[in-house]
Amino acid sequence: MFDLAGYGQQIFNGTVTTIELSVLSLVLSFIIGLLGASAKLARHRVLRGIGTVYTTIIRGVPDLVLMLLIFYSLQIWLNDFSDWLDSLQNSIDFEFPLDPFTSGVITLGFIYGAYFTETFRGAFLAVPKGQLEAARAYGMRPLLVFRRILFPQMMRYALPGIGNNWQVILKATALVSLIGLSDVVKAAQAAGEATFRTFFFISVAGLVYLVLTVISNGVLMLLERKYAVGVRKAAL
Amino acid sequence: MIGIFQTYWQALLYSDGYRMTGLAMTLWLLVISCGIGFCLALPLAVLRNARSPLLWFPVWLYTFLFRGTPLYVQLLLIYTGIYGLSFIHNTPPFNEFFRQGLNCTILSFALNTGAYTTEIFAGAIKETAHGEVDAGLAMGMSRYTLYRRIIIPSALRRALPAYSNEVILMLHATTLAFTATVPDILKVTNDAYSATYDPFDCFGLAALIYLCVSFGLIFLFRRAERRFLAYLRP
Repeated sequence: MFDLAGYGQQIFNGTVTTIELSVLSLVLSFIIGLLGASAKLARHRVLRGIGTVYTTIIRGVPDLVLMLLIFYSLQIWLNDFSDWLDSLQNSIDFEFPLDPFTSGVITLGFIYGAYFTETFRGAFLAVPKGQLEAARAYGMRPLLVFRRILFPQMMRYALPGIGNNWQVILKATALVSLIGLSDVVKAAQAAGEATFRTFFFISVAGLVYLVLTVISNGVLMLLERKYAVGVRKAAL
Repeated sequence: MIGIFQTYWQALLYSDGYRMTGLAMTLWLLVISCGIGFCLALPLAVLRNARSPLLWFPVWLYTFLFRGTPLYVQLLLIYTGIYGLSFIHNTPPFNEFFRQGLNCTILSFALNTGAYTTEIFAGAIKETAHGEVDAGLAMGMSRYTLYRRIIIPSALRRALPAYSNEVILMLHATTLAFTATVPDILKVTNDAYSATYDPFDCFGLAALIYLCVSFGLIFLFRRAERRFLAYLRP
């Protein structure tokens, strides 16, 4: 019954691509989210404005529309940029070719960075003020305060949100097959069309996502336990 | 962007001459799939909190399957997968139903949002304050009356913020309909892109329309929250 008709390797490669894409997008959006949350909580009004506009627009527009918009426009912008560099000084002749994988990572990272911004903003605000003041009283520099006090504390509050976003990113990678990346959905589609067993192969792709979801649920539970060290739970 | 809007405004907003397209189609998809999903989710959410595993396990399995896989995969499964099965092909009513992209799209969207909505409502039902239930029981209400008068109205109110989020996400998910040849906003702008090769203006226009619809929905839900959750305001 479980006969992959020789397409097993292709589907496996697609799965690997899906995982790589999701992990890299997660890392990128994590970084963007930290920057965005810092901008939204900054004292400078312009920074706050940029952060607010970014999160409002990105969260109000469907990810597929943004993906198509960025994927098709990014290459044009890069070409214009390299033309501009060329015209500036003839010796500079760069080319920035973009493959679907890179632009997929950039797009997903940029989109989900907005969701992470909101997650981290809430988590930053949840850290007790006294802890930061104590750290400053010890003479820690801002970066050290962030590394030693703010980040570990806020991770505890942010983890449920991060887990949620991770699941959404994992499922959003399926959209990237629409812009030509050969991920697990694309591989399953190709196999299904070749063997006339579309239902079976798409189900296999669904199964891959289910397994990934279950695994990430387990990892998240472990992480939550790690970051909850030192929190007293009420004994019932 | 204005030029594209001038050329395509009619198709973008309501019709391309002989069928519903664009904004009207997107809103129709949103309303019908959220409507079916809501009707599906309400009884399932009650079952999800049942004590017998025979009742809650199937519902759990349904939400697990539909929340654990991407909507795009579900749409592909229903649109291309099911139609490829031979017994569907040979049964005329099924054949008739699954041949149309719009039917498949609505079916997959409704099942998908139904799964998420079930979990939202089930969570709200579970969090019902035990005092409310005790009071209902003390009044001598039957189980059915208790659910109809106390638990479900209270749970739906408390689920409103999470549900509004789900509706916005559903609006964003309707963009997938264009892969099943349903002429929604994205399909029209995609056609405009194929004609003009101007990605920023075409998809930017789509983004702008979706942004307006999102804001409209957020506004409506804010009003609804202010009305239905007034008793929770500090």
